[in-house]
Amino acid sequence: MPYVLNTTDDQRAMLDAIGAGSLEELFEMIPPSLQLGRPLDIPPALTEMELAQVMGALSEKNLHVENAVSFLGGGSYDHFIPAVVDTIASRGEFYTSYTPYQPEVSQGNLQAMFEYQSLICQLTGMDVSNASLYDGGSATAEAVLMAISATRRSGRVVVAESVHPEYRQVLQTYFANLETELVTIPVTDGIVDPASIEQAVDEETACVLLQSPNFFGCIEEVEEITRIAHKAGALSCSIFDPISLAVLKRPGEMDVDIAVAEGQSLGSPMLYGGPSLGIMTCRESFVRRLPGRISGQTVDRQGNRCWVLTLQTREQHIRREKATSNICTNQGLFALRAAVYLATMGPQGLLETAMLCTRKAHYAADQICQSERFERVFDSPVFKEFVIRDRLGEVAPLLEHAASEQILAGIPLGNWYNQLADCFLVTTTEKRTREEIDRLAKCLDQAPGGSTDHA
Amino acid sequence: MRNPQASTLLFELSRSGRRGARLPECDVPELPLEDLLPAAACSNQPLTLPEIAEPDVVRHFTNLSTLNMSVDSHFYPLGSCTMKYNSKRNERMAGLPGLAHLHPYQPASTLQGMLQLLYELQQMLSEISGLPAVSLQPAAGAHGELASLMMAAAYFRDRGESRNKVLTPDSAHGTNPASASMAGFETITIKSTSAGLVDMDDLQRQLDDRIAVFMITNPNTLGLFEQQVEEIATLVHQQGGLIYLDGANMNAILGITRPGDFGADMMHFNPHKTFSGPHGGGGPGAGPICVSEALAPFLPSPVVSHQQGEYQLDLDRPLSIGRVRSFFGSVGVLVRSYCYIRSHGPDGLKRIAENAVLNANYLLSQVEQILDVPHGNRCMHEFVASAERLQKEMNLPRPAMDIAKRLLDYGFHPPTVYFPLTVNESIMIEPTETESKETLDLFAEALACITKEDPQLLENAPHSTPVSRPDEVQAARQTVMKWTAD
Amino acid sequence: MNPDDLLFAETHEWIRLEDTDGEKIAVVGITAFAVEQLVDVTYLEMQPVGTPASAGKEIGEIESVKAVSSIISPVDGEVIAVNEELAKNLQLLSDDPYQAGWMAKIRIQDEAAIEKLMDRAAYEAQCAEEG
Repeated sequence: MPYVLNTTDDQRAMLDAIGAGSLEELFEMIPPSLQLGRPLDIPPALTEMELAQVMGALSEKNLHVENAVSFLGGGSYDHFIPAVVDTIASRGEFYTSYTPYQPEVSQGNLQAMFEYQSLICQLTGMDVSNASLYDGGSATAEAVLMAISATRRSGRVVVAESVHPEYRQVLQTYFANLETELVTIPVTDGIVDPASIEQAVDEETACVLLQSPNFFGCIEEVEEITRIAHKAGALSCSIFDPISLAVLKRPGEMDVDIAVAEGQSLGSPMLYGGPSLGIMTCRESFVRRLPGRISGQTVDRQGNRCWVLTLQTREQHIRREKATSNICTNQGLFALRAAVYLATMGPQGLLETAMLCTRKAHYAADQICQSERFERVFDSPVFKEFVIRDRLGEVAPLLEHAASEQILAGIPLGNWYNQLADCFLVTTTEKRTREEIDRLAKCLDQAPGGSTDHA
Repeated sequence: MRNPQASTLLFELSRSGRRGARLPECDVPELPLEDLLPAAACSNQPLTLPEIAEPDVVRHFTNLSTLNMSVDSHFYPLGSCTMKYNSKRNERMAGLPGLAHLHPYQPASTLQGMLQLLYELQQMLSEISGLPAVSLQPAAGAHGELASLMMAAAYFRDRGESRNKVLTPDSAHGTNPASASMAGFETITIKSTSAGLVDMDDLQRQLDDRIAVFMITNPNTLGLFEQQVEEIATLVHQQGGLIYLDGANMNAILGITRPGDFGADMMHFNPHKTFSGPHGGGGPGAGPICVSEALAPFLPSPVVSHQQGEYQLDLDRPLSIGRVRSFFGSVGVLVRSYCYIRSHGPDGLKRIAENAVLNANYLLSQVEQILDVPHGNRCMHEFVASAERLQKEMNLPRPAMDIAKRLLDYGFHPPTVYFPLTVNESIMIEPTETESKETLDLFAEALACITKEDPQLLENAPHSTPVSRPDEVQAARQTVMKWTAD
Repeated sequence: MNPDDLLFAETHEWIRLEDTDGEKIAVVGITAFAVEQLVDVTYLEMQPVGTPASAGKEIGEIESVKAVSSIISPVDGEVIAVNEELAKNLQLLSDDPYQAGWMAKIRIQDEAAIEKLMDRAAYEAQCAEEG
């Protein structure tokens, strides 16, 4: 029993103090007919050394970014993580503390949350950030719910097809039992046409939801579409890529009302998709409808500057069924990681990162398309991801082949988009070297394929 | 040792020209940005982030960390939160490159180790809960509640039944009614009896063919086992409704009794509580859910399956509610749960429950000599004391708050106060199994001292912390939610 | 002291009946007793002009640091004005709850609910009991 301190003598003394004859007696509240009465059928206990062997063996069965080269993106990215981030996040005072209910002994967490909120506002140009939500997908759903509450319009939500397909699936799940109609706008040349948004928006529309750069890596006309939404009295909700904002226009510059993102790329490992970091920002006037924790500045009784959880009346522990959301935590440790990451990278580091990503993406697209087998699918400008068509239409065996050479070459798009069944999404972060990109291009070019190989 | 400069903000440390990380030279053609991206898409304002050198970043955040109480440094008996010791070996294991640096869209053939781990975790949670089907997807306990209620809605839709009522006891966590409302249900509160259990008469009054789900926390938030849970389940099932178990308090019953055996159709685990995932200053957690055979088809997609020796993500689930988040789930937290369960085995898990309950009862036996404990002299993993008597005795309007603040001076993180709402001036104490008798004795002694102190000392507490009580009214009236340059 | 020309609801709202161009208007606010119970009020949000009001249903919310209370309409009708100044200066609630501290004006459509309201003496008795 690795972490129990009570000795047999302790147990005896404690039972005596309680006035109980045995441990079993303490469970008399549970009717005997409901007690299990047998050991759980799970594997026997392991010591630390044995556990390390089991886990090591499981770990070794996987391809990962230290024994393979990854060109996978689509919302989870292999960006550089400075060692500083791990050092700070592994301090027990951060990772073994909890929600700062007692501000006097939580100033470290509260100040870090406040700094996170401030850094995210600087990055996005938005008025207000909360202290984070679970992930990009649920943050998207929360943004739409918030838009419905802020506009008091629940008839319709207009969503671009180029929004991450899993985020759209989350929306569908969240709205399955509610009255709001989700209208999906198809893409042309990798982005949505503002004219088709204009047609879809009506006077019952709460918001238009875009992602830019979108799931295909293409940059949407956010400003134009935001104007269209506002003209109809709807809000503009936009999903951004945090790294891209060192170069691309920020949601705040484009008059976006609610901006959300997956924040994993700010200093967190991919972890097979989670946990990660849901970033959520909005206009100051909507703050009462913002879900999640917020750290606010105030003073203590001596007038010292300090921080507390503020505007808690929005939250479930006070407002219960009328709360802005059921969420009762933030992703504290991952918000901390993002704050340390942004502080370490600084404006210059983030700018260089963004430039490297975009230059490498354009280089990689050119190299892959040197082969006649492959072509770019969309002409719209891209940031760090792009869609490639396999003219032979053999995406699955192509990617398996690359994996056999320790290259994770791309994400097949056929699962989500029927018309893109012969396409895959390729991503380059600043970590991919020219040598790795050349290896990718060569591997894809030389992959077996075509009718002759499959005869 | 605490550094008085800790509370300087990052932004105040910034000096133009300093920097932390440096990036390699560009090794591909350095085309001008305007050749790659349209001018209209690019920002014409430089990014303003603080400019700080690496040593300053480390000192800043290290100093901030010393302003927190944490489980590694302090006894943290926060009721309902199960603040137990966080295993260090689990941190090391979760950081293994083949577990931490996996992309969610890798082909299954490159993920067999991870999928095996997740599959085995599904099996183990199923056995611990007594419920056959598992989804590891939800991101937190509240998210598991929401996913389960959405499943209930889908289940009734599939059966052509229109049911819109969710019942929750008045002692329930606030997330229960909030989740029900988000899933489109109407919430009805069921009263508790003076003994702290569900009032069966009030329940009977609310039972009709509109009831969808009864959400119950068992052991409940008063630390009592709802003994009539089987009868409640039978009554709700007779009306065609479902039982949801809020698994926040599973630490008390691991290997002793199982939700599936006492009538629950759906439940969530809080792995960051029960299976010792670090709380991370407020997250991340995870909220895996376990359900009965009848609800299995509605589980979020995907789940991990094992066929012909291969582990796969099963996406072919036509009745599934779909996704409640992007990607697989809070895998980093789930890996720690896997390690924790494997480190304990069947006997170890039962010992956890036994010692968590022993520690709570022992502390109850000490605390009841100091404060009133309104719901009897036995409890499960936690109990709720009331400081109401001190309102008059010490002439303190908010004695639970004052005791909590004064405990800080004695080096203890306070218990949860003012929850559950059914007890006035409530103090909810959960010691967990990873504390010694000596620590519990010290805590009880501190509590005894405090109730004999000058009330003025309590009202002005804490006296030894980095800051004294913050002005929350000012924080709410004149909201400052970010740093701005003056 | 509660002015004598007001009527009071159990949920601590007051109304003053006014006659404007032949229309019956109820000016609604909350009592000094309620303001005191709320301690430090931090925020007020009333539903917008045009919202239908029914007796016993919420027409706004008032918050302190850790509590939210509903402002309940004492009458049936429609919200025709909201006191924008009050939301900006919550001190008015403590300083002048029965004049400058008014919250909304409701055009009364059905007078039945007014019958159930209390006069000053009855309301003060209720407050003494809650005390």
